[in-house]
Amino acid sequence: MISISHLSRRFGAVQALHDVSFTAADGRITGLLGHNGAGKSTTLRILSTVLRPDTGQASVDGYDCATQSLQVRRSLGVLPHASGLYAQLTGRENIEYYARLRGLRGPGMKQACDALIERLGIAGIAQRRARGYSQGEKLKVALARALIHRPRTVILDEPTNGLDVNAVRMLRELIRELKAGGCCVLFSSHVMQEVAALCDDIVIIAQGQVVAQGTPQQILDALGTTDLEEAFVRAAATPESAA
Amino acid sequence: MNSIAVVFCKEILENLRDRRVVFSAFFFGVLLAPTIFALTTTLVSKRAQRDQEEPLRLPVAGAVHAPNLLSFLREQGADINPVELDVHAAIDKVRTGEFELVLIVPERYGERLRAGDPAPLELVLDTSNTRAAGSTDRARRLLDAYSRQLAALRLLVRGVNPTVIQPLQVHGIDVATPSGRSLLILGMLTYFCIMSMLVGGFYLAIDTTAGERERGSLEPLLSLPVTRAQLILGKMLATCAFMCASLLLTLVAFAIALSFVPLEVLGMSANFSVPVVLAIFGVMVPMVPLGAALMTVVASFTRTNREAQSWLSVVLLVPVAPIMVAVMNGTRPDAALMAIPSLSQHLLATSLLRGDGVSAMHVLISAVTTLTAGALLAALAIKLYRREAILG
Repeated sequence: MISISHLSRRFGAVQALHDVSFTAADGRITGLLGHNGAGKSTTLRILSTVLRPDTGQASVDGYDCATQSLQVRRSLGVLPHASGLYAQLTGRENIEYYARLRGLRGPGMKQACDALIERLGIAGIAQRRARGYSQGEKLKVALARALIHRPRTVILDEPTNGLDVNAVRMLRELIRELKAGGCCVLFSSHVMQEVAALCDDIVIIAQGQVVAQGTPQQILDALGTTDLEEAFVRAAATPESAA
Repeated sequence: MNSIAVVFCKEILENLRDRRVVFSAFFFGVLLAPTIFALTTTLVSKRAQRDQEEPLRLPVAGAVHAPNLLSFLREQGADINPVELDVHAAIDKVRTGEFELVLIVPERYGERLRAGDPAPLELVLDTSNTRAAGSTDRARRLLDAYSRQLAALRLLVRGVNPTVIQPLQVHGIDVATPSGRSLLILGMLTYFCIMSMLVGGFYLAIDTTAGERERGSLEPLLSLPVTRAQLILGKMLATCAFMCASLLLTLVAFAIALSFVPLEVLGMSANFSVPVVLAIFGVMVPMVPLGAALMTVVASFTRTNREAQSWLSVVLLVPVAPIMVAVMNGTRPDAALMAIPSLSQHLLATSLLRGDGVSAMHVLISAVTTLTAGALLAALAIKLYRREAILG
């Protein structure tokens, strides 16, 4: 469960976020849609407690991102924009490093790693060092790393960038599985089709403001079109007439 | 605490696997520094040995005019090489380096000597030629001795005790312990040790901030339920471990390299027994956290690996500056100087090498001040790591 209310953040002269409010519910997939530079990453970084908001509040599973950052980080699983694997460590070592930093130890940790390696089909590469990995392999290991503690809330920052069709399919399947397990999934993207194919709820963000939100159907109705692509373009072009 | 250990182990494992890091961390200290050091000391020793053991080679022009002088010189062990040169030719030969020096006996030498007037001799020499310094010095001393001998004889002939022209008798009492004479050369050694200690942690210090940021691995790391203080402490400890390893390996490499160098010829005995190596490691090790924290602080201001590298190369010179000044001035240890990190380590290590021993109070002051400075810088590094700007 993610809840954001009246969030604002400024970097120097740039107002990156302006009065952003939305919620992402458990057991649903929420898409954060926007052009590059619209404020998606800033929002996600505030949620993962790496950045602080100037005003407004963000909370994850009831914990405030600014004042209870350690609890937030404990309950959150984050797949960052770049995979950020350590090239000199094997896939398994990369996963185990995060597992240990999340406090897992001993046989419990091994089991959790084995289960994810099995589920993601990376047993074949888990013993190899990460420096030779393809984009898809990097993503899978990074996913395993993000999900190692079975988080209730999962944030994915543009996860499909640079992936081939098979990897994208695998990812979608996994996201649906998380949803079925009752997780709250928030993922950002600048590709409308991808969000449409997967999401229960959509939040469209433009120039740091929420310009439309709701189910895909609600968004179509509000913007008076039957084409989601067209709806995105219209919504993103008019931050002043925000819904 | 546990998370610090997890970060520490991962950093050690990852960096040991990176051949480039291991090579650059230990190459300077283990191979380069002792090799340079051994080569320079060997050259200096060889020259000293030559000056002491080999006869003075002295080309003499106009030898026929001064047979007594020449036999005196031969008695004193000089290897006289009679040559046919005028002054200009001799100057040319010395200038080109064909001869290190030339003694010219003018025709009027004998005549003036017989008349009891100061007899002229010309010694063509080149003070800018450091190789010739020993020979020049020896030639001058021999000529002075001959001159004194003649003076004494003349006085005796006149019935005067020759001691009248020797109103002073100066005895130098050399207090240098055998290895004390090599202060300058051994000062270089502590400089190399501190340098290679810092170089050992150079890449890890960069990797902890600029490197992680550039590879995009910092942001996911910061979104884990670990405090930033734990992360940076684990990383700094890993840097410290590499620095300690580099320092110890360097000392061992020096001990081995110096065992092949004929230091005794220089009147030096570098005291490089196992206990001394360990003691030097002990007095220098408080410098490790300070160096690690200093490099981490500087690296966290920079945006990229490359930028961090160029800044840190400059920072490496900072701890070395006080050593340079101390070596030039021949500074001696005292309590106040022990409060200056890097200088105090240099002075203590040099004392140990000279075989002078060190005072426990000095060691204590040095360790406490250096460790305090290290703790302050580590606190600053943690503070910097907490900034949002760490993400770049």
